[in-house]
Amino acid sequence: MNVRGTWTLFSKEVKRFMVVAMQTLLAPVITALLYLVIFSHVMSDRVTMYDDLAYSSFLVPGLIMMSIIQNAFGNTSSSLVFSKVTGSIVFVLLGPLTHLEFFIAFVAAAMFRALLVGLAIFIAAYFYVGVTVAAPVYVLLFGVLGAATLATIGFLVGVWADKFDHAATFQNFVIMPLSFLSGVFYSIHSLPAVWQAVSRFNPLFYMIDGFRYGFFGQSDVAPQLGVGVMCGALLILGILTLVMLRSGYKLRT
Amino acid sequence: MPVAVSIQQLHKRFGELKALNGVDLKIAEGELFGLLGPNGAGKSTLIGIMAGLCRADSGVVTVMGKDVVRDAAASRRNLGVVPQELLFDPFFKVREVLQIQAGYFGVDRRHRAWIDELLESLGLADKADQNMRSLSGGMKRRVLIAQALVHKPRVLVLDEPTAGVDVDLRQILWSFVKRLHREGTTVLLTTHYLEEAEALCERIGIMNHGELVALDSRAGLMERYSHYQARMRLRGMGDNLPEPVTAALTRREGDTVWLQVAHNDDQLATILAALHEHQIQVLEIETAEQNLEDLFLELTQVKRS
Repeated sequence: MNVRGTWTLFSKEVKRFMVVAMQTLLAPVITALLYLVIFSHVMSDRVTMYDDLAYSSFLVPGLIMMSIIQNAFGNTSSSLVFSKVTGSIVFVLLGPLTHLEFFIAFVAAAMFRALLVGLAIFIAAYFYVGVTVAAPVYVLLFGVLGAATLATIGFLVGVWADKFDHAATFQNFVIMPLSFLSGVFYSIHSLPAVWQAVSRFNPLFYMIDGFRYGFFGQSDVAPQLGVGVMCGALLILGILTLVMLRSGYKLRT
Repeated sequence: MPVAVSIQQLHKRFGELKALNGVDLKIAEGELFGLLGPNGAGKSTLIGIMAGLCRADSGVVTVMGKDVVRDAAASRRNLGVVPQELLFDPFFKVREVLQIQAGYFGVDRRHRAWIDELLESLGLADKADQNMRSLSGGMKRRVLIAQALVHKPRVLVLDEPTAGVDVDLRQILWSFVKRLHREGTTVLLTTHYLEEAEALCERIGIMNHGELVALDSRAGLMERYSHYQARMRLRGMGDNLPEPVTAALTRREGDTVWLQVAHNDDQLATILAALHEHQIQVLEIETAEQNLEDLFLELTQVKRS
């Protein structure tokens, strides 16, 4: 394996988002914290979750995971589309990296950004509402799996998209609605039965629900089921991506 | 001599367009080879397939014996490509760009001296810490060349490297290419500037409509395909010239005729014999060699017609 080559591509991708850190790191953290401040201010006195959990505390894992989802997707998709539009993707394609190395480096960099954003929100929320962590292994597991899955989806979209508008369309009309409707702001048990059933077909629901289990030890579905769903989704998406790269689709015409 | 680049029966279509139609080509190790052809001839597609940026429909391409599809990573380690377009990554500085490109090839930090040497040789030393966005087109072109060389490839492909660059930079690039060639690098150069191919290349291929229509040493090409111009001042010439003269005639003014004469047969002797037979005296005769540009036009236009 070309470890140095893979590390170089990973480092380059990290430097790329660090150069525009205001946009790629600070902005999503501020957005999530604004949600937290506003919703916790408006709702805290009216709603408690899981029997006696304050709404502001309930909100934190959902907001962290939503930010992880959006930033993991945004990093791979925007970087690939940008490289394709400017033509600078050629420099990577001319190198001796295999499809797997190319994929790993891009996804790892997106995961790094997403988890950095998530960590920053966690730290800020810790001081603001005092969240606790009941099962850190699940927090880590769902955080990493969620970031990897969405980075992979972003990779697929980035390869497919011919212009920024394509990637933005996918982000605004698929990722955003699915993340908002995945239980960030509510427990699916508060929904009518039919919408509870529909929510179970939303893969992002398992990410947020499992992540929340890591914080409170309570969730809408068993976290083991969530791990299974996410590992399965990641495996299928990863294989699909590698098949696409091997075929040269939109990259090696 | 060992083969650096081998291309066998290469075919590529883009929809209805036959971009490459059965190209066969071998470039020897250490050779400086020129690939000429009008726009759309298939040169860039050929390079794209060599570099793995493009997939052939059929045919086999190897670089230093490594198949560009089945052994892609190994073949790319032997290949440096300078793309035609002025591509750059606007997030990085010149030195960072070179370090990143070296990293893809597994080149470690101990090779920084080579990056410094490239920066120095290409006149980029004072730009090393500038962002790519701030460079002029010529400077960006130099960075592209440095990027292609950063892993010390044994085969260098330059796809129209001097397109749109000023005379100074062209001279710098020419001398740099000559130096690389002297040091043993195999160079494949595509260009629109025929004087560039004449000045630099030992062997030349001419492509047109996806086919290699000529392939030889520069002198061999001229010998095999070309004509030379003969200007003759004649005495005793009437309105009707002998047939061998009219067959070669390109222009006539007063007592002077201009003829296009083949290199490789006794056409001139036949013309002189015919003139002698018709009692037309040759007062003056002057010949001029055809240049590569004439030959290029002749070959590509003949094919087109």
